Amino acid sequence: MREESNSHSAIRNPQSSGVAVSTSRLRKTFGSLVAVESLDLEINRGEVFGLLGPNGSGKTTTIRMLTGLMQPTSGEATVVGYDVRRESEAIRRNIGYMSQRFGLYDDLTVAENIRFYAGVYGLIGAERDARIGELTSELGLAERAGQLAGTLSGGWKQRLALACATAHRPAMLFLDEPTAGVDPAARRRFWETIYQLASKGTTILVTTHYMDEAERCQRLAFLSRGHLIGVGTGQEILEQFKMPSIEDVFIELQRRDEGAAA
Amino acid sequence: MNSLDRLRRACFWPMLRKEFIEMRRDRFTLAMLIGIPAVQLVLFGYAVQTDVRNVPTVVLDESRTSQSRRLIDMMANTRNFRIVGTVANRDQVREAIERGDAAAAIIIPPEFASDLKRGQSAQAQVIVDAADPLSSQAAISAATLAGARSGAELAPHPMPTLTTPVEVRVRPWYNPEGRNSPYIVPGIIGILLTMTMVSITGAAIVRERERGTLEQLVVTPIGKTSLMLGKTIPFAVVGYLQVTVILILGKLLFDVPMRGSLMLLYLLIAPFIIASLGMGLFISAVTKTQIQAMQLSFFFILPNILLSGFIFPRSAMPEPAQWVGAALPLTYFLTVMRGVLLKGVEFADVWRQALVLTGFAVLLVGMSVRKFSKTVE
Repeated sequence: MREESNSHSAIRNPQSSGVAVSTSRLRKTFGSLVAVESLDLEINRGEVFGLLGPNGSGKTTTIRMLTGLMQPTSGEATVVGYDVRRESEAIRRNIGYMSQRFGLYDDLTVAENIRFYAGVYGLIGAERDARIGELTSELGLAERAGQLAGTLSGGWKQRLALACATAHRPAMLFLDEPTAGVDPAARRRFWETIYQLASKGTTILVTTHYMDEAERCQRLAFLSRGHLIGVGTGQEILEQFKMPSIEDVFIELQRRDEGAAA
Repeated sequence: MNSLDRLRRACFWPMLRKEFIEMRRDRFTLAMLIGIPAVQLVLFGYAVQTDVRNVPTVVLDESRTSQSRRLIDMMANTRNFRIVGTVANRDQVREAIERGDAAAAIIIPPEFASDLKRGQSAQAQVIVDAADPLSSQAAISAATLAGARSGAELAPHPMPTLTTPVEVRVRPWYNPEGRNSPYIVPGIIGILLTMTMVSITGAAIVRERERGTLEQLVVTPIGKTSLMLGKTIPFAVVGYLQVTVILILGKLLFDVPMRGSLMLLYLLIAPFIIASLGMGLFISAVTKTQIQAMQLSFFFILPNILLSGFIFPRSAMPEPAQWVGAALPLTYFLTVMRGVLLKGVEFADVWRQALVLTGFAVLLVGMSVRKFSKTVE
């Protein structure tokens, strides 16, 4: 792994500037298990895109391939104009990632966590300090700056994780079940922040199990046992499946999965 | 972006800073890291005693007679001495012992046979590297015994009862009082560094894996080099602190002599620390949980304690055990530490061990960098 400079390059390819993510026949297998099968997906810049599906449907594997955490078994994918196989370092500099487990250091304070991630993304000196100040005030973390991350409640941890994942103003943000175990008020605040980021041009890819959150996404994709079975706006999905609500679609899919497994 | 700016922006600095903060917050581990040296020093320093055979021995036979050869045979037959070679003069005796090729020498002066024939008390000298008291005590008693036996056999005719026909004079070198504790101190330094560097470093990276922070780090631009350097440098600092604590306590409690250059000592510790950190990194690269990392560290540390010569002299071990010992960095480190601390040897005497240690460092760090991948599979 090379140590590259951390300049914040803009999205490179002008032709692809309308598209943040593009995958073609993307596939991932673990031994005989097919986790993601022949996935074709396009996500537009500045879009809040929801990836839905029951547990084990391939959502996390898809995110991991797009963020460079895993190599695809076959197929192609570009993220913010970079190839996931050959240019994963460039992708890493231009994306933020928030996992279900938040990835915070419990024995570091709120301020120290942000400072650490800002530093890892190559921010130094006055530039870094200014950005830390911005993040703490935007996310309301200022009053908690000196508190150890391990002692924060779920909602605060989530906000801190978001601050850390966006320290470098990424062009794209990956959120893997970001609101698991967080109370409704904190979830609402979190989504407000997400919309603010999207309005400034950040592309958001989010996986979730909450139907109200799914309905907040501009477009959705449903995965079932590694296969993409529907993409579109909420309305388009409902028409495709002839169901009254996203939740019904979800439950129907889960029922099919269980039927297939049995 | 110029190279100075790149250096300032390197992911290594925030990593290093974070590690030091975490270390400072984890009071328990920190106390252990500094407290363990003291406890171990006292425990091992006062407790270790064993028995020994096969002390590697060189022979300086200036007499070159059948009588002198007979005495040497009898010494060898006690099985306490294992003759590893003959030397031509006293300087070579010193060299052989300083290099660690031999731990004892049998010196028979030119007048040995003629003294015997004239019915005088014939003298032979046994020099013992008493820096290792385990070997030396056995050697001393064996030499005295062999001398008495050979006297009865070699004396040409009955002698006045008050005269001993063959008198073997034993001269312990380096540690004339035969003290055990000074000898154990360099060993404690080695064992402690192994434990800290291997097990704590191993666990430190696996802990990030367990808590999910490694996954977060992997999606950042941080490079493998920054990650590993940031993770290991704080432990190298701790390692040097531990060495200093042990040296000071060793001086105060056991009056450990420091014959060699401290500068040389601290310099030669570096390749050993790097090799041990490399081992720790390797363990962290192949394990998934802290428990696994701890178990694997123990698996590695046990042969270090038993086979490196830390407690039991390697010369007394069966050959396969010696081969295993030869594959452990600690074995070479002990020779270096004992040489510099107790014998005051120079770099020229231990450069081979230093080279082997450097080789281990390159190999182990290289292996773990290869093994450590920035993915979560």
